[in-house]
Amino acid sequence: MQMDLRTVAITPKRQTFAHVARRIGGDKPASRYQEGTFDLQSTGNFHYKPLWDPEFDHFDPARTAIHMNDWYAFRDPRQFYYGAYVIARAKQQDVAENAFDFVETRGLAAALPDDIRALTLNLLLPLRHVAWGSSMNNATIAAYGYGAGITQPCTFASMDQLGIAQFITRAGLLLADPAALDVAKSAWLSDDCWQPLRRVVEDMFVTADWFELFVAQNVVLDGLLYPLIYRTIIDDDLTMRGGAAVAMLTQFQSEWSVETAKWADAQIKVAIAESASNAELIKGWLAKWRDRVIPALMPLAELALGARADGSIAEVAGQWAARLAKQGAKL
Amino acid sequence: MDLQVAKKKLGLKERYALMTRGLGWETTYQKMDDVFPMDTFEGIKIHDWEAWEDPFRLTMDSYWKYQAEKERKLYAIVDAFAQNNGHLTVSDARYINTVKLFINALAPLEYQSHRGFAHIGRQFRGVGPRVACLMQSLDELRHAQTQVHAISNYNRYYNGMAEFRHHFDYMPYLQVPRSFFEDATAAGPFEFITAIGFSFEYVLTNLVFVPFISGAAYNGDMGAMTFGFSAQSDEARHMTLGLEVIKFMLEQDPGNVPIVQKWLNKWTWRGVRVLTLVAMMQDYMLPKRVMSWAEAWEIYFEENCGALFRDLERYGITMPPCVEQVRKERDHLSHMAWSQFYQGRGTNDFHTWLPSAEEMDWLSAKYPETFDQYYRPRFEYWAKLEAEGKPFESAGMPMQCQLCQIPMFFTEPGEPLVLAQRHRHHDGEQYHFCSEYCAEIFDDEPEKYIQAKIPVHQIYQGKQFPEGTDPTAEGFDPAAAVGAFLRLDPASTGNFVGSQDEANFNMWRGLTRSND
Amino acid sequence: MSRTESSVFVALQANADTRELVEAILADNPHAVLHEDPAMVRISAVGSLSVHAESVSERIGRDYDLQEMHINLISLSGHVDETDETFTLSWAN
Repeated sequence: MQMDLRTVAITPKRQTFAHVARRIGGDKPASRYQEGTFDLQSTGNFHYKPLWDPEFDHFDPARTAIHMNDWYAFRDPRQFYYGAYVIARAKQQDVAENAFDFVETRGLAAALPDDIRALTLNLLLPLRHVAWGSSMNNATIAAYGYGAGITQPCTFASMDQLGIAQFITRAGLLLADPAALDVAKSAWLSDDCWQPLRRVVEDMFVTADWFELFVAQNVVLDGLLYPLIYRTIIDDDLTMRGGAAVAMLTQFQSEWSVETAKWADAQIKVAIAESASNAELIKGWLAKWRDRVIPALMPLAELALGARADGSIAEVAGQWAARLAKQGAKL
Repeated sequence: MDLQVAKKKLGLKERYALMTRGLGWETTYQKMDDVFPMDTFEGIKIHDWEAWEDPFRLTMDSYWKYQAEKERKLYAIVDAFAQNNGHLTVSDARYINTVKLFINALAPLEYQSHRGFAHIGRQFRGVGPRVACLMQSLDELRHAQTQVHAISNYNRYYNGMAEFRHHFDYMPYLQVPRSFFEDATAAGPFEFITAIGFSFEYVLTNLVFVPFISGAAYNGDMGAMTFGFSAQSDEARHMTLGLEVIKFMLEQDPGNVPIVQKWLNKWTWRGVRVLTLVAMMQDYMLPKRVMSWAEAWEIYFEENCGALFRDLERYGITMPPCVEQVRKERDHLSHMAWSQFYQGRGTNDFHTWLPSAEEMDWLSAKYPETFDQYYRPRFEYWAKLEAEGKPFESAGMPMQCQLCQIPMFFTEPGEPLVLAQRHRHHDGEQYHFCSEYCAEIFDDEPEKYIQAKIPVHQIYQGKQFPEGTDPTAEGFDPAAAVGAFLRLDPASTGNFVGSQDEANFNMWRGLTRSND
Repeated sequence: MSRTESSVFVALQANADTRELVEAILADNPHAVLHEDPAMVRISAVGSLSVHAESVSERIGRDYDLQEMHINLISLSGHVDETDETFTLSWAN
């Protein structure tokens, strides 16, 4: 027997908010992403100039050299608003939690070959500081960027990087102990192989143009570091050498980097397509930071891959360049 | 290597330290002052950021887990509410005007707060406070969006909400909450967190949220009530951050005490002025009332904050002196405000109305020393005019306080029949204030407050006409032009009685109850 | 003249998930007072209030993580101290 449940049908006067309707081509039903993102940031009639940056209004498109006719052309292909974001991440953290449990309860950390454990501690643990720096950079964009279209996902990226820094910390505690974290920090601060990367990260901290910082952090640094470390070295190389347990502990980073690359690509594609001047600026930034990040990653590749480092770096760089070409940035 | 030895289990505090402050480092390729250029100019001295005690010790994985659970529950209820026309179960359609106040005046502040906390989450030198601020930034985005989503369904059926973004940027009455928040975000990071993290989110938060949430619960608005409770759980973390920041500043250097005291004084005053809207909402706009503003003040300020300020006494902090005036205004505030919004009802995006006889009796009982003496006669007179078909409405626009931007309807504390006005001169211009406290805040930073875009001035200067308007043209109607600029739907203005909202609600509710 | 004693409080949503939590808090803090409001409970106490994970775990029949409280917490008053075992609210004076 078919049950026909009805609620009383009354006709709504409108489908969505006026500013959303203006953006989606008329008064139609709008998604939660659209209603939660479009035009949320004030754009005019500001009362006081910020004491901490009086050259600009509180929200000001002039804080970057790029120009956008419509700052909400920056859309998130994942359509993450807060609810969708935390629910997605909760699923991922559940998987990560299970992985950590599995490795711990089955003694897989102890079962790692000594050289693999040592390499992991040397290579992975200092990256918690890179992740923290990446979180800071995304917080900069979240604070000073223009329009919720781009500042919202950068807020999420900032918290993701903090999460990654914490996953790496947990991996360190699982594979070793708090002392290992201290060793890693010393390495980050003084070992030769980490200095070029630390310098890159610190230079980003003082990069004034927030879109340049977006390019440097989310497209260049993450675009090269994550494939190198998590795919080439951990998922491929270490796993083959008996280090699958490490890949389990870094699964979040592997998946996250693929997801965010799609988002980051979509932003620069839109910005480049907007104007020749944007394209020139962005390509300039891509090249500038690529030329600093690749040499900074080389010592890390050598640590893990020895003689194969050159080849692997070239492969990662080649794939990155191909990816960018698809976004309109042939360097 | 023997890793089978049981590892010493780290405590929560130790683990959390490794997960947060352990991540940072003293930069050397760039100077720390260049990496953190904004956290010393206010004169607050921090000698040891390591002394920071983390408030809630929530790592990101736990954050995602617990917040996801809250979101699933919240949206399930928002969806159910929408699917079953939950808006028709509210006590009375007048209630929906409090929802309009919420989306227009409060939701955009959540967004401002989100950006403000991202800013200080980048600028404080200490990693611990930065992490807590970043988490708050994320929470505030949650609040902005869950409010927009929960209220989206109301927007589909009722007027006055569709243009909430444009209105927040330009509508006169909404510049009151907006300028309040912008004052904070334009200030330095330590003042921002004192103003918002402490004064607003700790001292005054319950005075905002309890009326709205309880009001929703009492009036059958399950959607808003659910949102309210769900958001408040984040507020518990925010309050703890606010309190920790105050303690931290006060403990780091005795020189910080007078600066913090000055900010507490300023922001208690600015905050209470903004709460005029909430007082009015509680006493006049909830068909099923929860408690009076006066009662809420007693519980949520006098009792609660009594404990707080007693705790802060050991640092040399005292209760802000403005509290004396707030106490004197307590029994007048909502009545003055409602009178103002009633008179100016042609220019609001929510409805107003005159209190019924029963409602006036409630107000008499709650305000035995003021309502019958000073306010009932006003409402009864206006009711008489309405009955005669000559409803009273202000013809002109009110003078606004240069600081709080509220129309200057406040009376002298202790002299309820004398309008309060203060004046200052600065650089050849005269400025007007509703009170000595607003004037004193101005005195401290005149260069800041002379920038304010006082709405009535903007209108008179012709800055609120649609682009391309010719004010010299024959038959030019400035009021209509301003209405057009503001995108103010005439159907959303004016008296609730006779409104589309009233008619629609009655018709729709009738549909759910009859069998025609 | 005696000083007014300051109270702390915790406010929680009143639902199926908080029943045992509330019971545990009241059992462990004999000086605490329960206030019931629509959909909400507020537990106040002079001086301080402690929530013990073990106490809740016993009542719900599984390991309770104190951080689960975040889901149903509405508001609180007092300085917070959080460990894996106990969550405490207090005023210093």
